[in-house]
Amino acid sequence: MSTTNNIAQARKLVEQLRIEAGIERIKVSKAAADLMNYCEQHARSDPLLVGVPASENPFKDKKPCIIL
Amino acid sequence: MGEMEQLRKEADSLKDQITAARKEVQDQTLQDAAAGITVVSRVQLKTRKTLRGHLAKIYAVHWSTDSKLCVSASQDGKLIVWDSYTTNKVNAIPLKSSWVMTCSYAPSGNLVACGGLDNMCSIYNLKGKDGNVKVMRELAAHTGYLSCCRFLSDSEIITSSGDCTCVLWDIETGTQKTVFAGHIGDCMSLGVSPDFKMFISGACDYTAKLWDIREGTCRQTFAGHESDINAIGFLPNGNGVITGSDDSTCKMYDIRADQELIAYQDSSIMCGVTSLAPSVSGRLILAGYDDFNCNIWDSLKAERVGVLAGHDNRVSCIGVTPDGMAACTGSWDSFLKIWN
Repeated sequence: MSTTNNIAQARKLVEQLRIEAGIERIKVSKAAADLMNYCEQHARSDPLLVGVPASENPFKDKKPCIIL
Repeated sequence: MGEMEQLRKEADSLKDQITAARKEVQDQTLQDAAAGITVVSRVQLKTRKTLRGHLAKIYAVHWSTDSKLCVSASQDGKLIVWDSYTTNKVNAIPLKSSWVMTCSYAPSGNLVACGGLDNMCSIYNLKGKDGNVKVMRELAAHTGYLSCCRFLSDSEIITSSGDCTCVLWDIETGTQKTVFAGHIGDCMSLGVSPDFKMFISGACDYTAKLWDIREGTCRQTFAGHESDINAIGFLPNGNGVITGSDDSTCKMYDIRADQELIAYQDSSIMCGVTSLAPSVSGRLILAGYDDFNCNIWDSLKAERVGVLAGHDNRVSCIGVTPDGMAACTGSWDSFLKIWN
C-alpha cells in the first residue's frame, strides 16, 4: 500500500501549486503589445518574412555569367 | 478529514486561484490587440538544397550557431554534420545505438550530442586532435528514452526523457547536476530561453512547464492542449512559448501573462504536429505535421500564410538558422530540405 507515497506526492503538488499561484502576472494587453512591437522591430531583418535577394542568398547556386 | 482529503481540497483551491488570477489580467485577447494589423502576405519558400545521404527515417536536426552547418540524426544509426551551403557531409558519425530520437549542436560548434531508446545522451567531440570524431561522454541515468537534448555550453547540457524528468548534466564529470521532476507524462521536447536562464519542456501529460535552470524549480505550468505536446520552443523575444501537439494544434503562451494567447488551428488539419520553429522576428511559425507537410503561420493573426510541400513522408523535425536565412526540414523520407 503506497499511501505514504501518495501523501508525499500530494504534498509536493500543493507546494508546487503554491509557487505557481504566487507569481506576478502582467496584463495580456501589455504582453500582446510587447509581442507585436518585437515582431515589427525585427520584421525588416527577417529573411523568411521579407525575402532574400538572390545575390545575398547563400543557398542559391550562383550561376556564372556567360557572355556569348 | 484525512490528510489526503485536505491536500486534495487545497490543491483544488490553488488551481482555482490560478485560474482566477489569469482571468484577472486578461483585459484583452491577442486577437483583439492584433485586429488593426494586416496578415502577412503569402510566404512562398522554395527548396534550395536537398541533403541526401541518410538511409532511414530522420528524427532530428539542429543548426549550428554559424547558420551554415547542421547536424541530423537518423535511425540508420548515423549522425551527419552537413555543410548546408554545399550539401557536403562534413562528418558521418556511426552510433552505438541506431535508435536515435534527438541531436544537438553545441553553441561553440565543438560538440554534438544525441540519444534515444538507449536512454543515454552521448556527447561527441568534433574537434578532436587526430581528426577522428569520438564519443567524449555517455550521460547515463535516465530510466526512459531520451527525447530531446540541448547544450547550454561545452560543459552543460539539458536532456528530456520518457521517464518524465529533465536533467541538467555536467558534461566534464558525466553527472547529473539537477533533476527537474514534475511532469506526469513522458517529456517529449525542450527549448532553452534566449538568455539561457530558463528552459521549457512539453510532455505527454498535455502540459508545458517553465523551469529556472539555476534554482532547479518549476516556475509555471501551461495547460490547454488536449493531447501530447511533441514540440516546444521559445519565441525570439524570450517571453513567448510555442507548443505543437498531437491534438493537431499549436499554441502560443506568454510567460509574463502566464496564459495562452492564441491557438494555431484549422478544421482541415486533423493530424498531429511533430515539430516547430519560429522565424527570427517571431512573426512566422513553421510547423511540421504528420501529413507530410509543413504549415507556415502568421503568429499574430493565427492564419496560415504558406505551406512547405515536398517531402514524401512525415516531417519529423524543423529548424530555422540563427541568422534567420533559411529553414531546414527533416523527414521520415530520409531527406533534409533547406528552404527560403
